[in-house]
Formats: sequence, C-alpha cells, structure tokens
Amino acid sequence: MSLLRLDSIEAGYRDLVAVHEVSLQVRAGEVVALIGGNGAGKTTTLRAITGLLPVRRGRIELDGERIDGRAPSEVVARGIAHVPEGRQLFPTLSVRENLELGARDRARRADALASVFALFPRLRERERQLAGTLSGGEQQMCAIGRALMACPRLLLLDEPSLGLAPVMVKLIFETLATINTDGTTILLVEQNVARALALAHRAYVLENGRIVLDGPRAALQQSEHVKQAYLGL
Amino acid sequence: MLFGGVFSLMAVGLTLIFGVMRVVNFAHGDMMVWGMYLAWLMATRGGVDPYLGFVVCAAALFVLGFVVQRVLVQRIVDAPHEMQILLMLGVALVLENLALLLFGPEPQRVRSALAQSTVWLGPVFVDVARLIAFAVAVLLTLLLSLFLYRTDVGRSIRAAADNPYGALVIGTDVRRVYAVAFGVGAACVGAAGALVAPLLPFQPPMGLQLSVASFNIVIIGGMGSLLGAFVGGLIVAVAESLGAVFLKPSLKELVSFSLLVLILLFRPAGIFGRRAS
Repeated sequence: MSLLRLDSIEAGYRDLVAVHEVSLQVRAGEVVALIGGNGAGKTTTLRAITGLLPVRRGRIELDGERIDGRAPSEVVARGIAHVPEGRQLFPTLSVRENLELGARDRARRADALASVFALFPRLRERERQLAGTLSGGEQQMCAIGRALMACPRLLLLDEPSLGLAPVMVKLIFETLATINTDGTTILLVEQNVARALALAHRAYVLENGRIVLDGPRAALQQSEHVKQAYLGL
Repeated sequence: MLFGGVFSLMAVGLTLIFGVMRVVNFAHGDMMVWGMYLAWLMATRGGVDPYLGFVVCAAALFVLGFVVQRVLVQRIVDAPHEMQILLMLGVALVLENLALLLFGPEPQRVRSALAQSTVWLGPVFVDVARLIAFAVAVLLTLLLSLFLYRTDVGRSIRAAADNPYGALVIGTDVRRVYAVAFGVGAACVGAAGALVAPLLPFQPPMGLQLSVASFNIVIIGGMGSLLGAFVGGLIVAVAESLGAVFLKPSLKELVSFSLLVLILLFRPAGIFGRRAS
C-alpha cells in the first residue's frame, strides 16, 4: 500500500490554478522524484500536501487517512516533514534552536538531535552560531536537519540543491541516500534532473500543472522526452 | 528615573507584540488603564495591596490579550497597516469607554501602605513605592527574557517573529503562538499599570497618552527589540525627569518627544534597531 496518495488534486493561488488533477503515489521506503521546469507546479504540489495551500479538488491520503484540509501542524504531527524552497530557517536563532524547534516530541528530542548531528557533523560544529550566518550549504543541512527532528515517515524536499556549489550538492544527495536507507521515505522536488533521477526509485514529470510522464528511474532516464527537455542530451 | 522600570515594561509589552505580529497595539495604553483599575478594584474591595495584586492584573490582561488576538487581531495580521490601525484604535475606544462607563471619569488613586514611607538611598530620599515598582518591573522584564530564551513556547515565539512561514512549515500552530505573544504583551502592560497605580492618579482617557508614550519608547529603542524597549524606557524616564527639574515639570513630554525627533533624524532604526532588509 502507498504511504502517500494524491488523487487528482487541484490547487492554486487566488484565481490561478497551478496544478490540475495531479495524482501520484509514494510507497513506504521509496525515493520518488517530482521533476519539471520552473512554474510547472512542483512547489505547489508539495505545499498542498503539507496543508500550506488549500486543496480545491481531489484528496490526499497518508497511510489511508485523509489529510487534505488539515492545518500544517496536524499534517506534521502525522509524520510529514517539509524542507521548503529557500530553506526558511530562523536566521536570528542558533543552529541548535532551529533544530530543536523541528522536534514534535520533546521526549525524543535529544535522540533526534544526536542522529542529526551524526548525519551532519558540520551542524554540531556550528551549533551555537546563528542560522543566518551559515553558508548556503550549511543552511540546507540545517533545514534538512530541522525536518528530520520531527522523526518523519515522509520527508518532502523542495529544491535542496538550489544555489549550492557542486561539492555541496553531491554531499546533500549522498546524505539523502543515507536518510532513505535509514528508513525515511522521500518525495523530492528537483530541477537538477540528472541528480534526482540518480537517487530516485521512481519519478513523475510535471508540466504546466499536469503529470505528463511517470515510471521507474531507468524508464525515465531512457525516455527521449526527458532526455531532450531535462537532461540536455 | 524610577518610573523608568515601568516605562520599560510597558514598552517591552508593545515591542513584543509588534516584533511577533508586526501589529502596533494602539490599545496598549488602555490595557494599562485596565490594569490600574483592576488594581484599584482589588485594593478598594478586597484590600489587596497593588504590589501583590499586580500578579492578578497581569493574569487578567493575559486573558484579555489572548482573546482580543484570537477573536479580532488574527483576522488582520496580514492586512495593510492602515486597517490594523483602525481595528486597534477601535479596540482602544471600546476599552476606554467601557472603563468610563464602569468606573466614571473621576481620577482615582490606589492607596498602598508601602507608598507612605520613604527611605534614604545614599544622598537622596526615595519613596518605597517607586523603588518597589522599579524593582518589580525590572524583575518582570528579566523573567520575560528568560521565558523567551529558555522555554519551548518562548522559542516558538521568537521563531515565529523571525520567520512566520518557516514556523508554519515545521508545524508550529502559529495562531496559538500569536495569541500567547499578544497575551504576554498585554500582561506586561497590565502589570505596569498595577505598579504605577499607587503613584499616579488615573482616569479612563489616559489610555491614548500611555499608548503614545509606549510607542515613543519603542521607536527610540528600535522597533521589535526587547533590549531596545528596556533601555529606551530608562532613557526616556531619565530624560523626562531631567526635563522636569531643569525646565518645567509640564515640559517633560517635550523632552521625550524631542528625543524621538533626534533619534528619527540621526538613527531612524532606533538605538538597538536593525534596518529593515
């Protein structure tokens, strides 16, 4: 059974419909990539899942339970953590405070913090530093760490590689692979399609607010459409 | 000078609300007046000294602030400033006229046994009431910073002030955090009201003047900066008493508002303020 299921959802901003009838599934343990160009509706889809944007039509289920129409606080409590576009850290709070704010369960906070520090030793070194003074890559680590503090079943990532140096992108993607191996399911939105496909088990291609293609990694890597439009081959 | 602590506490409450919600609480002074009247009610009906009663005033104003935020302010948090000002002035009018209706227009004063005595403090005579008001106000400000920097709720308040969208994304109930912050801000000014009630005769129309005074301090200290509000309160109090001594007592407001003009000319973000990015 799928952990997350989107059933022809429609969402948008005011009178603009950004995604039409998007249906997708994420099974427990998978990494699923959602790829597409600028303005294709990738961020909108993630925001709708977390409840940051109302779903106008269709339904979203987590583990068979309906979650559309719920507030972000309830969605996060049910096990979805969102690493938003632009990271959205708390710049005047310390790295440690940023991380601790991500925890939903006080009793497990110390353990969660230890495993985040194990995953990102750099964050432990910068523990007391204000999040706003970190480098872009460190900020991305902090944002991922903050989301992991909630011990989520499903991790949503919105453009984790945006604006980062290639070395940092490599590091982030390696860490995402580790996070997945450790048992966290991932839904990844990414413009770096080559990287995303290398990590993902399956992927969906979103264009103009609609899913135009989906399938296992190998099929998409071979697809002429994907090659031409996204891989520049 | 000793009024400084109370000035600081008023301004800290206002700056907390502004820092978190970007809403200027124009009902701040009227909330303070309600703190004074509650202290007066407790003193006259129950014989409770205001220097104990301030705790109850703070709690009552917390509830008032929480409810006003939940029912009214939450609707306009994202609205343009002019709409927020209209709503907050409306709340101010309602609070002021309610006080007028219930307590009448005559100036009142709370008698505190402590306000009668004076002590020698080094070379000067100080009355005990002012000293206690100052000490309690400073203590409350310290407690507030402990709350903001050492507790989970306080941390969530700072996070929501820093980046409301970020707070929402990680599953913070931002509306609840806002209501708590507004309640805490109102509790500060409620306690400030109770602390000055024995020192200053009060009547319902004073609210606006107190709101403006708090706003003045907040701008001098830097909008949204707790430290700025605290230091600003002390500076304004000192400036006013110097003005009262060297010019005329009736000119003390002239001094504090001249200070405001100077700050706006030379350091528009306030003493501890950062420029808006």
